[in-house]
Amino acid sequence: MSPELKGLILLSLIKLIVVFTITLIGVALLTLMERKVSAWMQYRRGPNRVGFAGLLQPAADGVKNILKEETLPGTANRGLFVLAPTLAFIPALTLGSIIPWASPLPVSVDDFGDALGRIWLIGGALRAAFHALFGQVSYHGLLSMAVADLPIGMLFVLAVGSTGVYGIALAGWSSNSKYSLLGGLRASAQMVSYEVAMALAVVPVLMLTGDVSFGSIIKAQQNGWWFIFPLFLAFHNFLVSGFAETNRLPFDLPEAESELIAGYHTEYSAMKFSMFFIAEYANMVTVSAMVVTLFLGGWDIPFIHWDETPGVWQTVATGGVMFLKTFFWLFFFMWVRWTLPRFRYDQLMALGWKVLMPIGLAYVMLIAIVIYLTENVFAVSSGVVKMALLLLVNVVLSWIVFMVLDRGLLITGTRQRAALPTTSRAA
Amino acid sequence: MAIGVKVLKRPTRNVSYVRATLKGMAITFRKMLEPKVTMQYPEEKSAPEPERGAWTLSPRWRGTHRMLTDEQGRSKCVACGLCPQICPANCIKLVPGEDESGNRYPLIYEIDEFRCVFCGYCQEVCPEEAIHVGVHYENAEYSRERFVYDLERLSAQTHPVSTLWDPTDRKGE
Repeated sequence: MSPELKGLILLSLIKLIVVFTITLIGVALLTLMERKVSAWMQYRRGPNRVGFAGLLQPAADGVKNILKEETLPGTANRGLFVLAPTLAFIPALTLGSIIPWASPLPVSVDDFGDALGRIWLIGGALRAAFHALFGQVSYHGLLSMAVADLPIGMLFVLAVGSTGVYGIALAGWSSNSKYSLLGGLRASAQMVSYEVAMALAVVPVLMLTGDVSFGSIIKAQQNGWWFIFPLFLAFHNFLVSGFAETNRLPFDLPEAESELIAGYHTEYSAMKFSMFFIAEYANMVTVSAMVVTLFLGGWDIPFIHWDETPGVWQTVATGGVMFLKTFFWLFFFMWVRWTLPRFRYDQLMALGWKVLMPIGLAYVMLIAIVIYLTENVFAVSSGVVKMALLLLVNVVLSWIVFMVLDRGLLITGTRQRAALPTTSRAA
Repeated sequence: MAIGVKVLKRPTRNVSYVRATLKGMAITFRKMLEPKVTMQYPEEKSAPEPERGAWTLSPRWRGTHRMLTDEQGRSKCVACGLCPQICPANCIKLVPGEDESGNRYPLIYEIDEFRCVFCGYCQEVCPEEAIHVGVHYENAEYSRERFVYDLERLSAQTHPVSTLWDPTDRKGE
C-alpha cells in the first residue's frame, strides 16, 4: 500500500467517525428540538427540567431507552423482528456519508506520524507506535468533505434511500399485529409511489448539470443560479416527496398515531423503538441536506466567490453555511408537522400518482425541450441567460399548476366523491 | 352514501388550499414567538395576588380540612356528631367526650383525606363553625397513614378556609 492510499483511508476513517458521531448527537438534539418547537407553537415551554433549557433531555431519554425492557410479542417472527430496526437504521445513516458537508479541504501532510509527534508529552511515544503500526502515511491534495465522494452520488441516494422501507415493511410484518402490518403496508406503498415522484424531480437537476455527482451539482449552481430558481417546480415536487419519503406529517400514514396506534413500531419498545426514531430523524437530516445540495447550492455561500477557492477557512465557513441551510429545512419539517393535518390515504395516493408523477414527467420533457432550444436553436452560451429563461418558464408553469391544484379538483374532498356518480350520469 | 352519513357541503370552489396552508404556517410561526402560558408549578404557585404567570384559587375552593380554634386554643368542636352523620364518604371519625363542667368535646376527631370527596357538607352542617374545608391543595404524603388527619393536625392548619357557595350570592360577588 502506498503512503498516499494509507492517508486516504486514514482520513476517510476520521471523516466517517466525525460524521457518524455528529449525526447521532444531532439526531438526539433534533428530538429535543422537535419537542421544543411543538411546545412553542402550542404556547407551551417544552422540556426544560433536565440540564440548562432541557439540553440534557436527549441523554435522559437515551438512558431510559437503554434501561427499558425489550418486549418481544409471543407470535412475532423473532429473527426479522430483531433485524428490522437495523435494516431501517443502516440506510438512514449510510446516506449521511455521501453528502458534501463543506468545501474541499486542501491537505498536505508528508507523514501523519510526525504530526502526531508534536503532541505534548506523549507525542514521542505516539509517533513511535504509529510508525511501527502503519509506516509512512501521507496525503496531498484536496480532501472532499463528504465521507465518500462518490461519482454516482445522486443515484446512490435513490438506490440506498429506498431500501430504508424494507426495515419498516419487515417491522410491520414480523410484529404479527394488525396495526403494525397496516403501517408496514402503507409505508411500502407510500415509499414506492413517492420514490417515482422524487426521482422525476431530480432528473431536471441532473439534466441541467450533466452529471450525477454532488460535487458537479454544486459547481453548476455556483456558476449559474441556485437551482431553486430555474427549477422551482422540481424543487416543490422534491420537497413534497421528501416529506412522504421520511414519513413525516402531513404524510405520516405509516405511523398515524390516531388510526394505527403507532403503525409499524407499535410492538417495539426500548432501544429497538429508539432505532426507528433515530432512522426517521437521520432521514430528515438527509432529505434536508439533499434539498440544500440539489436546489440551494449546497455549501455555497451566496453572492461571493471567495468560498470557491479551497482553503481551511473556506471549509469552516462553508460548513457553517451548510449547517444553517440544513437546519432551516429541519425546522421547516417540524414547522409543517405542527401545522398541517394528515392526508387521507386515498388523497395521499392520488397526490403521488395523479399529481406529482404526471407533473414530474411533463416537467422533465418541458425542461429538456427548453434546454435543447436555448443551447442548440438560440445558441445561448451564458449560463445566467439560460437560467433566467428557465425561471421564466417556471414562474408561468408554477402559476398554472398551483391554480389548478388550488381549486381542489385533483385531490377530491368527501363531498365530491359522494356526488361523483350522479354528476357523471347527468353529464 | 349507503349508510346515511351526513356529508357537510364544503365550499370547494371558494377555498384555496395554498392560501390556507400558508396562513396556517404563518399562524404557527407567530404563535411560536409569543409568550408562553405554562405555569412552572413548583416554582410558581397560586398566589392570592395574581402576579406574572401566577393564578389564584377561588375563595370557594374546597381543599384540605381545617379545624378552627377559640381564643384559648381549644377546638371549637362540641362533638355534636352532625358532620359524621352528613358525610357522604363516611370519612369522619368522631368519639365524643365530656369534661367536668359538662362541656362536650371530641375525644377523637379524625378525617381520612383519601376517602373525603371534598363536598363541603361538614362545613355547611357545623353549628359551631368549627370544621372547614380550606383553600389549599398540596397535601401529598409518603404513606397512606399520613392521610388520616387527627384533631391536632386539623387545628394546626393555617390556610384560609373556604367560603363555599352562597345561594343568595350566586356569582360570588
